[in-house]
Amino acid sequence: MDAFVLQVLNGLDKGGAYALIALGLTLVFGTLGVVNFAHGALFMLGAFCAVTFNLLLNLSERVEDPNITAFTAYIDQPYLETWLGDFGTQLMDYSVPLSILFTIPVMLAIGLAMERGLIRFFYKRSHAEQILVTFGLAIVLQEIIKSFFGANPIPVSAPDTFVGTAAIGSLIGLGEGVAYPYWRLIYLAFSIVVIAAVFSFLRFTTYGMVVRAGMADRETVGLLGINIQRRFTVVFGLAAIVAGLAGALYTPILPPDYHMGMDFLVLSFVVVVVGGMGSLGGAVAAGFLLGILQSFASMNEVKDLFPGIDQIIIYLVAVVVLLLRPRGLMGRKGVMET
Amino acid sequence: MSLFKKEISRRSALKGASAFAGSAIAAPLVFSKGAWAQEFLNDPGDSPTVTLGFNVPQTGAYADEGADELRAYELAVKHINGEGDGGMINTMTPTSLGGNGLLGKRVEYVTGDTQTSADEARSSARRMIERDGVIMFSGGSSSSVAIAQQSLAQDMGVIFMNGLTHSNDTTGKDRRRYGFRHFFNAYMSGLALGPVLADQIGTERRAYHLTADYTWGWTQEESIVNTTEGLGWETVETVRTPLGAGDFSQYITPVLNSGADVLVLNHYGRDMVNSLTQAVQFGLRDREANGQNFEVVVPLYSRLMAQGAGENIAGILGTTNWHWTLSDPGSQAFVASFGQEYGFPPSQAAHTCYCQALLYANAVEMAGTFYPPEVIRALEDFEFDGMGNGPTLYRGGDHQCFKDVLVVQGNPDPTSQFDLLQVVQEVPREQVTYPVDFFEGELGPYEVS
Repeated sequence: MDAFVLQVLNGLDKGGAYALIALGLTLVFGTLGVVNFAHGALFMLGAFCAVTFNLLLNLSERVEDPNITAFTAYIDQPYLETWLGDFGTQLMDYSVPLSILFTIPVMLAIGLAMERGLIRFFYKRSHAEQILVTFGLAIVLQEIIKSFFGANPIPVSAPDTFVGTAAIGSLIGLGEGVAYPYWRLIYLAFSIVVIAAVFSFLRFTTYGMVVRAGMADRETVGLLGINIQRRFTVVFGLAAIVAGLAGALYTPILPPDYHMGMDFLVLSFVVVVVGGMGSLGGAVAAGFLLGILQSFASMNEVKDLFPGIDQIIIYLVAVVVLLLRPRGLMGRKGVMET
Repeated sequence: MSLFKKEISRRSALKGASAFAGSAIAAPLVFSKGAWAQEFLNDPGDSPTVTLGFNVPQTGAYADEGADELRAYELAVKHINGEGDGGMINTMTPTSLGGNGLLGKRVEYVTGDTQTSADEARSSARRMIERDGVIMFSGGSSSSVAIAQQSLAQDMGVIFMNGLTHSNDTTGKDRRRYGFRHFFNAYMSGLALGPVLADQIGTERRAYHLTADYTWGWTQEESIVNTTEGLGWETVETVRTPLGAGDFSQYITPVLNSGADVLVLNHYGRDMVNSLTQAVQFGLRDREANGQNFEVVVPLYSRLMAQGAGENIAGILGTTNWHWTLSDPGSQAFVASFGQEYGFPPSQAAHTCYCQALLYANAVEMAGTFYPPEVIRALEDFEFDGMGNGPTLYRGGDHQCFKDVLVVQGNPDPTSQFDLLQVVQEVPREQVTYPVDFFEGELGPYEVS
């Protein structure tokens, strides 16, 4: 039972990241009709927003290191610590949560620049061309990040308060073996809040209502005199923010490197396909579902029965769904069915 | 009167003709044997320069390690050409290097990108050999990539000096006459680590292995399992994880309830950084199991990886080929030279690549020729010292270097940004030496057509 609960938590946690990325992907596809293979790169850029913010808070003066005598080496003395003392140390410790404030405007700017500067020229092109150009863009973004930050993963810590594990087993009447890292629980909660916020924005605001109307019938909304294109551009920026936030808060879980976007991109596309292209609810549901399935497939008992199942389970589900229900679990009738 | 005392009969004429014909056929073979022997691929001949090829991962997961290897090769070329402070040329014994290039020719080099892919590495190496005319090529940092290049080296008759490769197979079942490895291997890691594990962690332990699913991971897992079971440990489970899994949480959570009290991470590079970080996040290091503190072991360490894992490495045991804090004259000369050039200390990958370049250069000077079979013979069973690992043997039977191995521990209290590992023990060469036929393999011929 303990192992079961832990794998459910793992699946939900992983599914949270899948769902956030897939949500942005399907928003862009549903509004602009673009298959954006650079969306994983936005997740990676978000993670590097957290890294950059961390570096900014840790800006230091270089002082000579007396401990190294073989050559002249230096150590870093952070300015924040020099200027603000303990408060400066606290700010540095909370760099990841605080990086949200930095990530939102940066990712919005990146999203708008990407849409206006490149993506809009490919609205009327085929999906194959969209995939090629956005994939190329993803590689360019990766290489830019690598040239600045190197190829090695960069460790970013969660605040000290959230280091360690929560004994949730004791809370729910299970054994002490059921303990789960605080930060992963925070990430799960955060992903649910962001998903709820996006849904609320689309459902309960006039702006969101117009966007949804545009997704359903772009021409009619345009005939009503509404500049739906501008709203869709904003939606692209919103999708970039969601992917960026997902990446920024993921940094304490997975030390970011330039390639992390690609690792998530393929899986997220499968999530979108399984959930249904253009279906926001489908993307979220499929994200959590596939996260949980992937976790269970990694259990030794399952792998003993089906060796290697952990590496193919997601694709296996995708094949089955595409065979039985090509529009995906919650996809609209007619979308991607021809 | 005939000029000849004897008439030439038809029989004797035929005998004479056939003898002449026979000698005419044999003569070129006899007179040209030496000349043929010196005709070899990419012979620099009368050229004033000779070209080496450095094939390292410049993109992909090991790109930072590749960049450090490239720095080391550039430094080695400088020193071989007599520039800079000479580095380890000043400490290496015996040495035939005089800082005047190779056999009086100035050394130049070309670089390639393996992308940590066996196919890309072979293509890049082939380009270097066929287009750039390299006389030797070298590089790391993946065993599958190294093995692929070694095999190409044997096929083409151009020597390959392995960079960072730790799989037993490199100088085991996949050993090649044209491939040489200075770096240690997984079996040696096990031999070195075993006694320290017994001493520091105990002999009644239950181990759970997470292993990268490719040649290096398999051989390391096998070596560590053999060593630890020899100590009396029980192996609870060995789980293969896909290369580049990213999030290892689904592989780590089963460890919590497995009854294991030690987690062995047979991961390297990005996988090691991620799996270790996540193991620490799941509180493994704060747990108690079977009445003992839960321990994590990383059999192969590198400083670059330690940087990625940050404070999570504190106290964790592993092995390494070399570390920049060693106090022997060779290590100090190299660290000073590298530090002065680049502003930070070299990694173990940089060290092994630098040594390999110098060892090849020295073998050429010893052989007095670039002819690969003679250079190979000069390297085989070459005994040397002063290169950072104590007295070292390049064993001729499998082309594996035997030297001291370092058992290291993540430094819980670093005094500088580079002070991430501390040396727990320098395990002497005798303790990590094994019989040449311990792993089955064939080197292949000296001369290739």
